[in-house]
Amino acid sequence: MSLLDIKNLTIHYETDAGCVEAVNDVNLKLEKGETLGLVGETGAGKTTIALGIMRLVPDPPGVIKNGEIFFEGKDLRTLREKDMRKIRGGRISMIFQDPMTSLNPVKTVEEQITEVIRLHQKLSKAEAERKACEMLELVGINAERITDYPHQFSGGMKQRVVIAIALACNPELLIADEPTTALDVTIQAQVIEMMIKLKNDLQTSMILITHDLGVVAEMCDKVGIMYAGEIVEYGTLEDIFDGEQHHPYTVGLFGAIPNLDVETDRLTPIEGLMPDPMNLPEGCNFCPRCKYADEHCKTANPVSHEVGEGHFIKCHRFAKEG
Amino acid sequence: MSHLLEVKNLKKYFKTANGALHAVDDVTFTLDENETLGVVGESGCGKSTLGRTVLGLHDATEGEIWFDGENITNVSKAKFHELRKEMQIIFQDPYASLNPRMTVGDTIAEPLQIYGMFTEGNDRDVRVKELMDLVGLDQRFINSYPHELDGGRRQRIGIARALALEPRFIVCDEPVSALDVSIQAQILNLMQDLQEKQNLSYLFITHNLSVVKHISDKIMVMYLGQMVELSDGKELFVSTLHPYTKALLSAIPRASIHQNRQRIILKGELTSPINPKPGCRFAPRCNYATPACFEKNPALEEVLPNHFVACHNVKEINGL
Repeated sequence: MSLLDIKNLTIHYETDAGCVEAVNDVNLKLEKGETLGLVGETGAGKTTIALGIMRLVPDPPGVIKNGEIFFEGKDLRTLREKDMRKIRGGRISMIFQDPMTSLNPVKTVEEQITEVIRLHQKLSKAEAERKACEMLELVGINAERITDYPHQFSGGMKQRVVIAIALACNPELLIADEPTTALDVTIQAQVIEMMIKLKNDLQTSMILITHDLGVVAEMCDKVGIMYAGEIVEYGTLEDIFDGEQHHPYTVGLFGAIPNLDVETDRLTPIEGLMPDPMNLPEGCNFCPRCKYADEHCKTANPVSHEVGEGHFIKCHRFAKEG
Repeated sequence: MSHLLEVKNLKKYFKTANGALHAVDDVTFTLDENETLGVVGESGCGKSTLGRTVLGLHDATEGEIWFDGENITNVSKAKFHELRKEMQIIFQDPYASLNPRMTVGDTIAEPLQIYGMFTEGNDRDVRVKELMDLVGLDQRFINSYPHELDGGRRQRIGIARALALEPRFIVCDEPVSALDVSIQAQILNLMQDLQEKQNLSYLFITHNLSVVKHISDKIMVMYLGQMVELSDGKELFVSTLHPYTKALLSAIPRASIHQNRQRIILKGELTSPINPKPGCRFAPRCNYATPACFEKNPALEEVLPNHFVACHNVKEINGL
């Protein structure tokens, strides 16, 4: 049994202006101890999947139209809100992108860490405070600073505090939404190093949402490439970075980043823009920007083809003969 | 002959309640026609303040700025008004740097209007459409408002506006940082094409080392207001000499799984630029710091041909 098994997940935002098809028919599996990277550009639906797992999709306008989310064999969608609250922050926790806004400015760090501990574990106030100090030391902050307020910390340290809160109840699954995007590179390197160490020490499974392929290469075991609400390619780190066969969007994504190790005169951008999620093309979502697109691509949305064991590409070019 | 832009020992201090904030401290460089100088550093290193001071948006505290053979340090407002035709800026955030109540056409035409660059109403539209073509913005957007457009298109408006007066020098302050990678590549290519077509010189400010390597002829690395390393083109990446630059380079996550490189993790974070202590500003985080580093500020020295480094121990560290 996989730790997390998402089947045919479809999430839409039904607004007055129209229906935003944010996540369409997504299938994902995550085994215990694994780290899955979800890569894609703004609006690809990465964060909506995370919110879907946490059952935090703002409703209205967000609606989970279809699909199942099995966590340790239980479908999270069928749980009562009361039971879901026990899981959220306890068994599954989430780190948000911006550490500046995800901490409460009028509460000390101690109050914020003990809050989550006391919600999920039957500990006395003193025990919870001791645990909070331990967590802070674990993420590399001196426990003396526990009575400080968030504004007294720098950006990198705030993100460490957020990570301490997320890990305080020893979750099975950690969802990290762009955890290092708001940080400077040298600080990012510190935080990534720390997250890899914690993940290995605590055996936490992780979903890492990012647009940075470099961060994925450092941290992930499996990778899902998202485009316009769909997972267009899924495989192991080796499949995505070294494999022979790729979705045209994955190729485009790699071509568009300036590479420190390769000299190029001009970059090769993906021409055009991501389609409007309120008005997705009838066939393949990538076909308006794809150089291989033919008539078939314009009318029929491709299914995922398994091109190698566990390596899936959602493109007509990889359909089996006959 | 003289350089297009020459900055000598430029300093910009801000007064704060706790003392002087040394945002830019003794920066010297030259920039020639059709050249790009990349300025890299982390938040708070003074790279944006440098760009703004060069453009006269801040008064310089000390030092000199020469543009086209003329000293333009702290000249009058009227003189700077004239200079604006030659020197422009592209801002980081295409969401915040455009007036939400002005159409694309009005935004691009505004500089033309201020400088009286067209006589009749018709000329204006012709010129605006010309500029839109130049930056690859479809003419049908001329009456659109910024909120109707995506980030990449908005950044194209910012570029068209900067090009309207046909400047020779543009400060690009993180022009692609707010954009998605596939759009970022489009804008970088556009900026390179425009440079060739219009003979532009760029002061390209960014925190992204891969971008800076891709686009720059010369690269300057800043740390807490000071230059720590300045070198020609790709030289910086071939022989990296300053310990901070080494750490910065090793910190970038690479999109490749075949590198077992040794990552240098820096201790701690940036110290405060307010009333900095004597000594090298990087010393508290430096793995090679010696007692001398905490006493005397290292001067920028030419260690290899056209490769300047400010570090007391540069020779020992690199075995030179």
